Amino acid sequence: MKKRLHKWRLIALLGIVGLVLSGCGEPFLSALKPAGDVAQSQYDLLILSTLIMVLVIIVVIILFVVVILRFRRKEGDETIPKQIEGSHKLEIIWTVIPILLLIVLAVPTVVTTFDLADTKAMDKKDKDGKTKDALVVNVRANLYWWEFEYPDLGVVTSQDLVVPTDRKVYFNLTASDVKHSFWVPSVGGKMDTNTEGVNQFFLEFDGEKAEDSNNVFYGKCAELCGPSHALMDFKVITKSKSDFEAWTKDMKASKEPVVEGDLAKQGEDVFNQSCIGCHAVTPNDSRPEAARQAPNLATFGEREKVAGVLDHTEENVKKWIKDPEKYKPGNTMTGTYGELSDSDINALAAYLLELKVEDK
Amino acid sequence: MQTDERFTDATWPASPEKATLDGKNKYLGFWLFLGGETVLFASLFATYLALKDKVPNGDAALAKDLFELPLTFVATMLLLTSSLTSVYAMYHMKNNHFKQMQAWLVITVALGFGFLGLEIYEFNHYVHEFHHTFTSSAFGSAFYTLVGFHGGHVAFGLVWIISLMVRNAGRGLNLYNAPKFFVASLYWHFIDVVWVFIFTVVYLMGMVG
Amino acid sequence: MSTYANKKGFGATLWDYLTTVDHKKIAILYLISGGLFFVIGGLEAMFIRIQLAIPNNDFVSAGFYNEILTMHGTTMIFLAAMPLVFAVMNAVVPLQIGARDVAFPFLNSLGFWLFFFGGVFLNLSWFLGGAPDAGWTSYASLSLHSEGHGIDFYVLGLQISGFGTLIAGINFLVTIINMRAPGMTYMRMPLFTWSTFVVSALILFAFPPLTVGLVLMMFDRMFGANFFDVAAGGNTIIWEHLFWIFGHPEVYILILPAFGIFSEIFATFSRKRLFGYSSMVFATVLIGFLGFMVWAHHMFTTGLGPIANAIFAVATMAIAVPTGIKIFNWIFTMWGGSVKFTVPMLYAVAFIPTFTMGGVTGIMLASAPADYQYHDSYFVVAHFHYVIVGGVVLGLLAGINFYWPKMFGTMLSEKLGQITFWTFLIGFHLTFFIQHFLGLMGMPRRVFTFLDDQGFNTGNMISTVGAFLMAFGVLVMVINIIITSVKNEKVGNDPWGDGRTLEWAIPSPPPFYNFKQLPLVRGLDPYWVEKMEGKKEMTPAEPLGDIHMPNSSILPLTIASGLFIAAFGALYHMDDKTWTLPIMIVGLLVTFGSMFIRSVKDDHGYHIHKEDLMDDKDKGGKA
Repeated sequence: MKKRLHKWRLIALLGIVGLVLSGCGEPFLSALKPAGDVAQSQYDLLILSTLIMVLVIIVVIILFVVVILRFRRKEGDETIPKQIEGSHKLEIIWTVIPILLLIVLAVPTVVTTFDLADTKAMDKKDKDGKTKDALVVNVRANLYWWEFEYPDLGVVTSQDLVVPTDRKVYFNLTASDVKHSFWVPSVGGKMDTNTEGVNQFFLEFDGEKAEDSNNVFYGKCAELCGPSHALMDFKVITKSKSDFEAWTKDMKASKEPVVEGDLAKQGEDVFNQSCIGCHAVTPNDSRPEAARQAPNLATFGEREKVAGVLDHTEENVKKWIKDPEKYKPGNTMTGTYGELSDSDINALAAYLLELKVEDK
Repeated sequence: MQTDERFTDATWPASPEKATLDGKNKYLGFWLFLGGETVLFASLFATYLALKDKVPNGDAALAKDLFELPLTFVATMLLLTSSLTSVYAMYHMKNNHFKQMQAWLVITVALGFGFLGLEIYEFNHYVHEFHHTFTSSAFGSAFYTLVGFHGGHVAFGLVWIISLMVRNAGRGLNLYNAPKFFVASLYWHFIDVVWVFIFTVVYLMGMVG
Repeated sequence: MSTYANKKGFGATLWDYLTTVDHKKIAILYLISGGLFFVIGGLEAMFIRIQLAIPNNDFVSAGFYNEILTMHGTTMIFLAAMPLVFAVMNAVVPLQIGARDVAFPFLNSLGFWLFFFGGVFLNLSWFLGGAPDAGWTSYASLSLHSEGHGIDFYVLGLQISGFGTLIAGINFLVTIINMRAPGMTYMRMPLFTWSTFVVSALILFAFPPLTVGLVLMMFDRMFGANFFDVAAGGNTIIWEHLFWIFGHPEVYILILPAFGIFSEIFATFSRKRLFGYSSMVFATVLIGFLGFMVWAHHMFTTGLGPIANAIFAVATMAIAVPTGIKIFNWIFTMWGGSVKFTVPMLYAVAFIPTFTMGGVTGIMLASAPADYQYHDSYFVVAHFHYVIVGGVVLGLLAGINFYWPKMFGTMLSEKLGQITFWTFLIGFHLTFFIQHFLGLMGMPRRVFTFLDDQGFNTGNMISTVGAFLMAFGVLVMVINIIITSVKNEKVGNDPWGDGRTLEWAIPSPPPFYNFKQLPLVRGLDPYWVEKMEGKKEMTPAEPLGDIHMPNSSILPLTIASGLFIAAFGALYHMDDKTWTLPIMIVGLLVTFGSMFIRSVKDDHGYHIHKEDLMDDKDKGGKA
């Protein structure tokens, strides 16, 4: 199966090189630049189906062009063409050939459907109830932010998903308010996060390809979820096996953050007064899901973006705290922390940017 | 085509409901409408089955706590009998026996009211004894919607048959109103068939858990 | 009969249209209101494309954008495409089967007014606190979360217009089964009549699930039920199933009439009978049937599991076979023919490659694992615009151009028609082809903006330029209609010269009773059969006699308006206003009162007498 697909891929690369070149998109975001086995198998199906379809289109277009060129009515031509009822031979041909073409597509489709749904590794637990050899991440989608919980590590993070490369990462997907959909285009197709039940699937992040995109992939919400649906982005940060282990160790060991500098300390006070009700600042958050009402900020200083969409600068942090409604309309943070003075906001930004787990 | 002309037993056609084009159209159109109604109830049944016993917490009543056989059995019998009496009514309609038809329709309507009364009593019972209401749980919403939709159909059918009887009481049967009586009885049968499914799926299957 | 020909004042004409039960006038009502909603939906589309022309645009706000995208989809599907399809069906089907009207003229009018009031109600949301904003699919968790009354307008508006559609479906089924002229067997019915028949059956079975879905949504939002409230045991996936069990057949409800229109046009302008008529009929029925088996392909990413996904993937692919049969049959209808490129034919010819494109991306989407990538991305947006615009809208434009003389007795300008055709077609491909790639490059659908650094800029700009070209095409069409109506140059029975079916055997527009004598049908393409034998008109199947006609009635309008009034009561009921209950009661009283009057007041119609028909020579009308 795989081999044949590879052969197809070769032809495809030659055949539609123009198509691929014109539409490849950005390596951190495009499904046309697959960076992992899941995305690759979906890309292979894309190419296979495109080839079949291009074949069909070519046949139709050739017949079509011949017809409209050959059988135009001349000015004043009053002849009556022969009235043909049909042709069983032709009709059988254009029934059977499409069926054969569809079988060529249907077989790998069914095989891949089952391959990509194989999450058995998630069910194998050891005696402590931890997953034996699979890395599991619980993804919880909320109105315009994402939470990533590593249940076997006891670690919670938000907005930036950190994963190891070159091994399968399994996901439990759910939503806490309305339906969202979890999509990292260059690494694999999407899966909905429903308000009831948990969906499971896996992705694999290719180490070499990840380097092409500086070890960051963009993730998106793919289900209309309200005004700021378009802004519900997240980032995936890939790490090699050893780096990932180091990261998990840091995360697990992380204690209450200790900040330096007067401004940041002042910010800590503001935070404890206005923000701590919803936001946690340590990654080992053992409270139940319902209590975790807002993104965990333990790694805020290391984030790729502010609120998923703004560049990660102090200026943007301040702007965001001052008027979140302006940058993410309909978010659930607006209006929950009263009016903060400019100096409060300055202090808060200084504090938040010091929230780091790794490179202290 | 004089649709309001008077007929004698000899001139009255064998299938008066389909004797005119209008009648034929009504007859076919109504069957098709019932096809659509079937899909409507199928959707409601599917919803009910998906939400059966889906309640927010352990205190809420479940199907096996609620339903009692005697009450629903009597209701079922009332409705089944009313379906039978409407068959008698249509038998007399086909034979141009207007008085007998009206009489059987009166019995049909009476049985229908009996059924509706039991249903109202039953709902009242659930609400007050079990606090099982339309808004108490998804199960409650689905139950009252499915059974209530059926009850609404029964009520509509009663109003329909009564107004047909009253309207035509003074003038007897003709080819204009024969199809009207006929489709009303078709509707009544349909309601009965739906109830058989409700009795099985909701009550019998509910009682066994 | 001279009274009927008298020029009437504006008030009388208006009253005539408000009370009409004539299928030809109802067709015009559908055409006007459908056209109006099409323009509104088109304006909404322009807002979308302007907003997305450049990254981080702030032409409209995020919340307002969601209202626009929701109303664009809802309006185009329910309030533009559906009524325009019904316009052509009403104008043509009774003529094609040789009938004097539909089976239930009163219900036909009721169907229109329900649609109309539902559509107006839905659009009033713009002025009454905001339009619905959860997408035309209105998925339950988001639509319950949505504030304001937008979703309530959606639920009630669609409910009212949905009843209208259901009634229309039953009406056409009965009409086609019971009212065909002598000799018009099923296998002699024109393809457009066949597709109307299949579509009506689809409506009959597809709309009830939507009705139920909308009822559940209404109960949840307005009366405190818990169908979709997860905390109380509810389940939002039920909505997805109900919606798509309706939603997928719905796209066939739209596309099959377009297939029918194209079949008529290909045969007419190739001067050749439809190639493979019986396989075309078979394919139409099969597409309709399979249309009910594939709804879950809209839910591949919902998490139904690999077994369901695999089954629905393969079932979806199967639909390609009958569709392919149709495409090839159309091409071979032209093969060997004498093809004349009139404006309707241009649309038909352009439809083949365009729709093939949309069809093949449909197959790509059917491949479930690959769909995990396409789903809810701009790839899907591109796909369904290729089938809906490239299929349905081209079909409707073709049909409107083709049947305009039959409906109004005058021809639309070919020159302006060609300008519309080329700008619309080029604009269309410019707008939507690039969107396939935007989707694959990672752009989700229904986003109100996109960021600068993600590679979406060029594609979106191209798309917006294309949209303006399409808008220009529609504008030229409107001008064309105005100019044509002002000039009003009358044409004869068969203005295209190559008409094949019964509608071209009678005057344009036909007299209100259509056929003075019902025609005898002696084969497929009955008018063509007579023409080939050198005759100018159909052989009558009956002697000249009295014609029974239905009476006009205002009751359809009042029934529908009662629901319209009651809907306001239901909508504001949850705000605890005191006036809502009386309003609901008044509205329902109007509706049920009108129904009661209809039920107890005998309506036997009237007869046109033989003698009057004989005087009516100049009006033609002879079969």
